[in-house]
Amino acid sequence: MSLLNVNHLTKRFGKFTALEGVNIEINEGEIYGFIGPNGAGKSTTIRVLLGILKASEGEVKIFGKDAWSDAVDVHKRIAYVPGDVNLWPNLTGGEVIDLFLKLRGRSHTSRKEELIKKFDFDPTKKCRTYSKGNRQKVALIAAFAMEADLYILDEPTSGLDPLMEQVFQECVIDVKNKGKSVLLSSHILSEVEKLCDRVGIIRQGKMIETGTLNELRHLTRTNIHVETNEPITSLNEFKGIHDIQEQGLALSFQVDAEELDHVIRHVSQFGIVKLESMPPTLEDLFMRHYENKDEGNAGGVS
Amino acid sequence: MSDSLFKNIGSLSRLMMRRDRLRIPLWFIGISFFTLMVPIAFVDLYPSQQERDGMAETMQNPAMIAMVGPGNLDNYTLGAMTAHQMLLITAVVVGLMSILLVTRHTRADEEDGRAEMIRSLPVGRLSNLNATLLVLCVTNVLLTLVTGFGLYSLGVESMDLEGSLLYGAGLGATGIFFTGVTALFAQLSESSRGTTGFSIAVLMIAYLVRAVGDVTNETLSWFSPLGWVTQTEVYSNNDWGPIFLTIGVSVVLFFMANYLNAIRDLETGFFPSRPGRRGASPFLQDPAGLIVKLQRTGIIVWGMGMLIMGLSYGSVLGDLESFFAGNEMMEQMLVAEEGYTLTEQFIPTLMIVMGLLVTVPPLMSMLKLHGEEKKNRVEHLLARAVSRTKLMGSYLIISILNGFMMISLTAIGLWAAGLAVMEEAFDFGTIYGAALVYYPAMLVMVGIAVLLIGILPKLVSIIWLYVFYAFIVLYLGELFQFPEWAGQLSPYGYIPQLPVEDMNVMAVTLLVVVAVILMVVGLIGYSKRDIEG
Ligand SMILES: Nc1ncnc2c1ncn2[C@@H]1O[C@H](COP(=O)(O)OP(=O)(O)O)[C@@H](O)[C@H]1O
Ligand SMILES: [Mg+2]
Repeated sequence: MSLLNVNHLTKRFGKFTALEGVNIEINEGEIYGFIGPNGAGKSTTIRVLLGILKASEGEVKIFGKDAWSDAVDVHKRIAYVPGDVNLWPNLTGGEVIDLFLKLRGRSHTSRKEELIKKFDFDPTKKCRTYSKGNRQKVALIAAFAMEADLYILDEPTSGLDPLMEQVFQECVIDVKNKGKSVLLSSHILSEVEKLCDRVGIIRQGKMIETGTLNELRHLTRTNIHVETNEPITSLNEFKGIHDIQEQGLALSFQVDAEELDHVIRHVSQFGIVKLESMPPTLEDLFMRHYENKDEGNAGGVS
Repeated sequence: MSDSLFKNIGSLSRLMMRRDRLRIPLWFIGISFFTLMVPIAFVDLYPSQQERDGMAETMQNPAMIAMVGPGNLDNYTLGAMTAHQMLLITAVVVGLMSILLVTRHTRADEEDGRAEMIRSLPVGRLSNLNATLLVLCVTNVLLTLVTGFGLYSLGVESMDLEGSLLYGAGLGATGIFFTGVTALFAQLSESSRGTTGFSIAVLMIAYLVRAVGDVTNETLSWFSPLGWVTQTEVYSNNDWGPIFLTIGVSVVLFFMANYLNAIRDLETGFFPSRPGRRGASPFLQDPAGLIVKLQRTGIIVWGMGMLIMGLSYGSVLGDLESFFAGNEMMEQMLVAEEGYTLTEQFIPTLMIVMGLLVTVPPLMSMLKLHGEEKKNRVEHLLARAVSRTKLMGSYLIISILNGFMMISLTAIGLWAAGLAVMEEAFDFGTIYGAALVYYPAMLVMVGIAVLLIGILPKLVSIIWLYVFYAFIVLYLGELFQFPEWAGQLSPYGYIPQLPVEDMNVMAVTLLVVVAVILMVVGLIGYSKRDIEG
């Protein structure tokens, strides 16, 4: 069942079109990775989801309710971590966490204390003294200390150190195990790769790809490294082969997923000594989209 | 060794002066201008010795002495009068200047991580502190010379060269003293707020100790650096001793600050930083609780300010009464309205000024909502189960209560002071009514602020232009004979001038209706627009 449904969302700021025809669907119990470079429109999308910005066009439903007109009802079941956490300088972190929890109804003291310990956070200091990472911890603790059905996290780890990132990932997996859904916006691909069931890639306000990681990989090239007894010939006559690098009898190249079968059959005739194949990382996937879009001129919304 | 500690003081000092190329000159010009304007005004206001003796007479009471310190009241020349009424208060301002400038270049730089960057360059460990001390000493010495020679150049007979220089030195020495105090606290405290806070506390305690001392026991005043300033007896005995004392103690403070700076690590202090609350109090439950918590200090300070304003306006009512009583011509001129005493007729004039000033705190309180939006902090509330209407409504209610409190405090101050100084004091109802009648106009102003925040958030600051306009037409309108419509372009133009005029229920009710409409439209607009930030 889908918890969140964004249908042809367009958002304009004056003449500037920040989002154009964005579609997102998140199902119950699913972790959705929302990736894209800076300025792509991730935060704008999320702020529309939260009813902070009003959609220019399109429909945004969360829990079957309208994200704008039923905002308060929707928010009762949402936990949110903003991308840029600005706090009140003369309140302590502990006060802010409590306030955030109370604004949603009830507080979970035991869960909160557990998270404070896990994130190694000192709640007695004034917010003005907190670094970016610590301010992010305030928002993360307040978000994970409550029972929500959907967690919306906007680049939540950009200020955390690797150890805390680990703690964060545990929290997300915890939530997933309870059957809750997460929208995780990020530009850290390894994190998305590790956590997410499905990803959506946004660039210049448009969704350029959506699907499970496997589906997306299907669209991409596999890296092959092969050593053979005899030199491989006429490889470059195949379509779907890219970036061939030769070192004596060792050969590295990339091959489009749909051509993989042909290519391997051909290569095997030359007596394979060693074969390594690496699945494409999200990074590859990401970079490839840029190459394509820059070559073609599909980008440039503004 | 010393080279490694103090390397590059020169370039650091130049950097500070470059960063303060506006700030220091503004303080400097402000203080000098103030110092030189007052004696010029006194020459006009009190040309004869007889008038000055009259002034001395009114200064001869404990309240005034506690406020401005002891003076040469027996021989109240223009010089003695200037020194008596101005030196102490100006010295406090110079102290404040030093506190703010020193904090800015020491602890604030350290707190924000700028000091770390500087430290990574070939710069001595004590260079930043001593560059700060150097810049501040130069500033204060220049201030001494400019005010000193400036006062002398006015050519007032009783203001000789030695006295004038001593006057300047009193200011400069106080500045250097508080430079030392702040430099010391910049080592002890871990935050710039702490540094400023402790230093200003010393300044205030020094003022209070001197006030108590000057009234009760002069020995006590010698425990206060501000007491030393008034002990110089400028333009009378010209005693330089206290100046040397001040400088001597300052040098000790400089050494202490240097020592503590040398033995501590960057970004640490000696005062343990006190842990704050671990969790929110039951009070901090909802937007209203948060708003009150954030605005508490401002509300208290403004409230005290309004009370003091009421008290000080009220304290002239007694003088006014006797002034009018003794002056037949005035009495004839001013009896325009039958059945009202002259002091009563004076009340509306007071109230116009107060009514406008009292509008400032509730407006500031309301506009905080927009400030929070720009700082990206309303998002925290709106992304949780808080509706836009509840958020803005909370701000609005607090602003409206704030305004009511400010008006009430002003009226209470005015009434209480009147009670103390007048022979036939006003009854509370008269004063309170005359003040409260401005409340609807204030509500309209708050309503406009709500409307702007809700519909035209980019133009929010024009509300201040409007306040300024209202002030100009109300305050100067009668003087310059502005046409009536100019006054009626602001809600204050419709307020009946109680107690002299009759209550105009119609106008006041209409203002309230207009205010409510503005607020409702603003609230609707706010729940329909994008939140920025
Ligand atoms: N309030 C606004 N007014 C105008 N432009 C905006 C506003 N908010 C965001 N933008 C623009 O929209 C684009 C998307 O921004 P954002 O959603 O913050 O990107 P991301 O979070 O993916 O880094 C950027 O080009 C940004 O400048
Ligand atoms: Mg963003």
